[in-house]
Amino acid sequence: MLSVLVLLPLLAAAALLVPAVPDRWARWAFVGVTTLEVVLAAVLWARFEDPGPGALAFEQQVQWIPGLGASYHVGLDGLSLALVLMTTVVFAACAVYALGDEQRPRLQAALFLALETTCLGVFAAADLIVFFLFFDLSIVGMYFSIHGWGHGDRARSALQFFLYTFLGSLALLLGFIGLYVASEPRTFDMVALAADPPLQGSGATGVLVLGAVLLGLAVKTPTVPFHTWLPPAHTDAPAIGSAVLAGVMLKLGTYGFVRIAMPMLPEAWRAWAPVLVAVGVVSVLWGALVALAQSDLKRMVAYTSVNHMGYVVLAVGAAGMLGEGPADDGARATAVTGAATQMVSHGLLTSALFLLAGVLWTRRESYDLAAYGGLAARAPRFAALLVLAALGSLGLPGLSGFVAELQVFAGAVAVVPWSAVALLGILLMTAVLLRAVQQLLTGPVSGLAEGFADVRAREWAPIAVLLVLAVAIGLAPRPLLDLLEPAAAAAAALVSR
Amino acid sequence: MSAPDLLLVLLVAVPAVVGAVLVLAGPSRWSAAAGVATLAAAATASVPAVVAGAEVSVPFVAGSRWGLTTSGPAEVLLPTVLVVATLVLVVAGGVAETREPRFTGLMLLFTAAAALTVLATSLPGLLVGWELMGAASYALIGYRYADPGRVASGATAFLTTRAADLGLYLATAAALAGGTDLSLDALAGIEGGWRDVAAAGVLVAALGKAAQLPFSFWLARAMDGPSPVSALLHSAAMVALGGYLLVRLSPLLEATGWAAPTTAWLGVATAVVLGAVALTQTDLKLLLAASTSAQLGFVVLAAGVGATAAGTAHLVAHAAVKALLFLAAGAWLEALGSKRLDVLTGAARRWPTLGVLAVAALLALAGLPPLSLWGTKDAVLAATHAESAALYAAALVATALAAGYAVLALVHLARPVPARPAEQAGRVPRRVPVALVPLALGAVLFGVLALPALLERLPGRVPAEPTWPELVGSSVLVLAVAGATAWLVGRGREAPAPLRPLRAWLHDWLRLETAVHLTVVRPTVRLAEAAARVDDRVLARAVTGAAGAATRLAGVSARADAGTHGAVHGVAGALARGGRAVRRSSASGQLHHYYLQQVALLLLVLVVVSLVVLVGSLR
Repeated sequence: MLSVLVLLPLLAAAALLVPAVPDRWARWAFVGVTTLEVVLAAVLWARFEDPGPGALAFEQQVQWIPGLGASYHVGLDGLSLALVLMTTVVFAACAVYALGDEQRPRLQAALFLALETTCLGVFAAADLIVFFLFFDLSIVGMYFSIHGWGHGDRARSALQFFLYTFLGSLALLLGFIGLYVASEPRTFDMVALAADPPLQGSGATGVLVLGAVLLGLAVKTPTVPFHTWLPPAHTDAPAIGSAVLAGVMLKLGTYGFVRIAMPMLPEAWRAWAPVLVAVGVVSVLWGALVALAQSDLKRMVAYTSVNHMGYVVLAVGAAGMLGEGPADDGARATAVTGAATQMVSHGLLTSALFLLAGVLWTRRESYDLAAYGGLAARAPRFAALLVLAALGSLGLPGLSGFVAELQVFAGAVAVVPWSAVALLGILLMTAVLLRAVQQLLTGPVSGLAEGFADVRAREWAPIAVLLVLAVAIGLAPRPLLDLLEPAAAAAAALVSR
Repeated sequence: MSAPDLLLVLLVAVPAVVGAVLVLAGPSRWSAAAGVATLAAAATASVPAVVAGAEVSVPFVAGSRWGLTTSGPAEVLLPTVLVVATLVLVVAGGVAETREPRFTGLMLLFTAAAALTVLATSLPGLLVGWELMGAASYALIGYRYADPGRVASGATAFLTTRAADLGLYLATAAALAGGTDLSLDALAGIEGGWRDVAAAGVLVAALGKAAQLPFSFWLARAMDGPSPVSALLHSAAMVALGGYLLVRLSPLLEATGWAAPTTAWLGVATAVVLGAVALTQTDLKLLLAASTSAQLGFVVLAAGVGATAAGTAHLVAHAAVKALLFLAAGAWLEALGSKRLDVLTGAARRWPTLGVLAVAALLALAGLPPLSLWGTKDAVLAATHAESAALYAAALVATALAAGYAVLALVHLARPVPARPAEQAGRVPRRVPVALVPLALGAVLFGVLALPALLERLPGRVPAEPTWPELVGSSVLVLAVAGATAWLVGRGREAPAPLRPLRAWLHDWLRLETAVHLTVVRPTVRLAEAAARVDDRVLARAVTGAAGAATRLAGVSARADAGTHGAVHGVAGALARGGRAVRRSSASGQLHHYYLQQVALLLLVLVVVSLVVLVGSLR
């Protein structure tokens, strides 16, 4: 079942490569397959029972390269299931949004279906080689998306994105090989490596191996100072490319922190924890500050991603700062739950924001905030969606971002009191998003807003679905938290070994 | 779930859902009526819910519960919020602009958030209502979004209060670190330093919402919203709930030892300074706004000295008074096109029904016995007197200032109508005075809440009750100040020259907003711009620079490669030439050539062998 979920989009993509498939069919096949994926993921959720710490549900294992101790091994826990659900929803939203795309729709559908497989594969992977394979293929897919369907200086942006994140993935591979070499018996199996972490008590070796893993993940996440590929990649990517890149692919990095780095290198994680907390705090503040100075909507949203991913890094870093007593364990688990919630929440909200940015581009070919004014009067549906997405992104209660950030802060500040300076990030983000909303929507109708057509059904429906889910999580977070909390508590407990 | 519990959930959820639908709905004739009906139903439902002591909760984040409870100050504040909001919407329905579904919907959302706040049992649940209220206030203040100035005013309100709200996030972290379940009642029991953090966080958040010093400036900007917004925001929601939070968490403030006196002094300082600010205003709405800060100062003071029952009573009485005054000011603004006091001269006489109601509310605001705010304020003063003589003296100054600013407005409004063309005046809808009657009754009668028999039945503590000398003394003070103010304003006295800079400073609300712009906003924007430059010119360029260096290195190695290639070719060529020479010579048939070749070969072998041996021995 899980393998069907992961591989079905790839099969569909292969079928769509046949040139005889008409564009119309291809568009609807994209919608159909991604919707089916949502259904499949929902079925998995309905049948999901928490497997307990260190175990996986829906596990499947097939021999692959026995000489290397690598196998096709997949399975889900609460965290990966939540991310799988989020991924299928984001891809389905993108498919509906792309119904109006005119540029080589068949190939675009094939490419994004293949991308969906790579993203789902990373979240389902229980073997480092499988993880790495899907991780790298996702970079290749996104390269083609930006290069083939982007705009502006797309060739350069795509190449920069590819080289930077590929280089990061090589550091990751180096770390994986370090884990393999140190394991006894030698294996790439993630369950086995987490159950018996190989480099415990190894001192500098473990710290160096984790350093390589962290470098790879930090580039992908991205954290300051490895984030500079993100703004150009987003600015020149197509709307659905940006939505997938920010909504799903950034999570491949943060997911790696929780799934690989924390459980497999707990001792080294504790050594790196202060650095991670600092990097998280800097990313939160730096991302928000730089976003405040942007004049281009997409660049601005890209920097808000740096801020949002900073919360995740802050939280997982704080989880490595051990203290005394049960309140402390609770706080660390709360921080990791917050980080996991943020991954899901950011996926929904930022995808919505990028799709909304795409609405501007299809009509006016400009993301320049100052070029618009008074859109609320011209395009009230667009305005309502943008306001809701912005409120979610600035962490307003009632939307998912608040649930995530409150837990991140409550947990992180309880463990590392000085990290409270990152609270200023909330205030800065409020300023960032209010400024953007005001520039685009309020004031007299002027500039590019004149004669601006409001969003059509295929544009607003997917965005509305993403935002409705964000509101649902914000008002009734228990179903999601019931998935995430056991996995997060397990990760927090594994770090303290 | 019992029936009252269900009612409690519905009276928050239904206005929220109806509000959200109205915000998104297109134009509709029935939206205003639907809004009034929804809130009226919620207000009615609040009575059985409160009487039955309804309480519900569901699990929320980080082991906390999201609960609603009518116990505590909510017992009286929940009906207050809902009744005031209903009446405000009734009046708003009389004006075209505020009859729009978007306006009605936002007001419903605002009210639902306020209800959520007063009913909250835990910090996360409180934060939800608390921050949604701030966001709704942003949308309502900036309601006329085509005017960038008004939207900016909304943003000022939202950003200022949100800056203070960070205190509640900090308090949540402290509650978690303290090992509690994040419930409000558990905060006072936290051990050690985290309790101080929690108290400080709560205090800052509440001061921000209640527009106390130094956050008071946002309230002046909030005047850019439609008048019904001011009427609700100043009376029963938002600002009032800042005071509510401190009353609710008064045990936490007391437990720390330092937070309670700090709260009391900040409250009384705001009551005095903003009272003075109100006295210098020339715009009726701004005068009322400053008086809101000042009156909330008494509530904050009450929380600081532990007089929570009196604080709650003062909140309720103030809600009636202030809602009435803002609605009256709004009606006059509609009719006369101005809220300047000199233009409003005689307004109370031109619309006598509305005028009588407003005069009653202004007299209550002045603290004139036996009207509502006189009684509730004196209940606060009694507890203050028991706590500290200095605090009491400061509170008396604030009392005198309140009498001053209320009478100042009163004299302007109640003067004879100046001669002017009749067509300047619009009309006041008939529904306005009708809706204001219940508020006026509250403004006049809520003083009974301060009667010992009733005060002790209110939720909260009564550390001390007013004594006769205190009551008489404050009455005499108020009457004297009121008389003096009336006389001075009646004669049109200007402030003496040396006081004019002070007067201008107070008139501009201490120029706090300018100060915040200079010290916080502008440096932040500069910092953001600098950070963006560093990001583009240093961080991004370092990466492209590294990539460029790699390309150059590749170029160098390509050239080196070409050199090696050439060298190999050269050697091969030389060998080929040598070989051909050898072949030529060995093909010559001459014997000495042949020997020479053999010797050369032998020498070569010797050199190679000795080199190998040498290298081997070095190892």
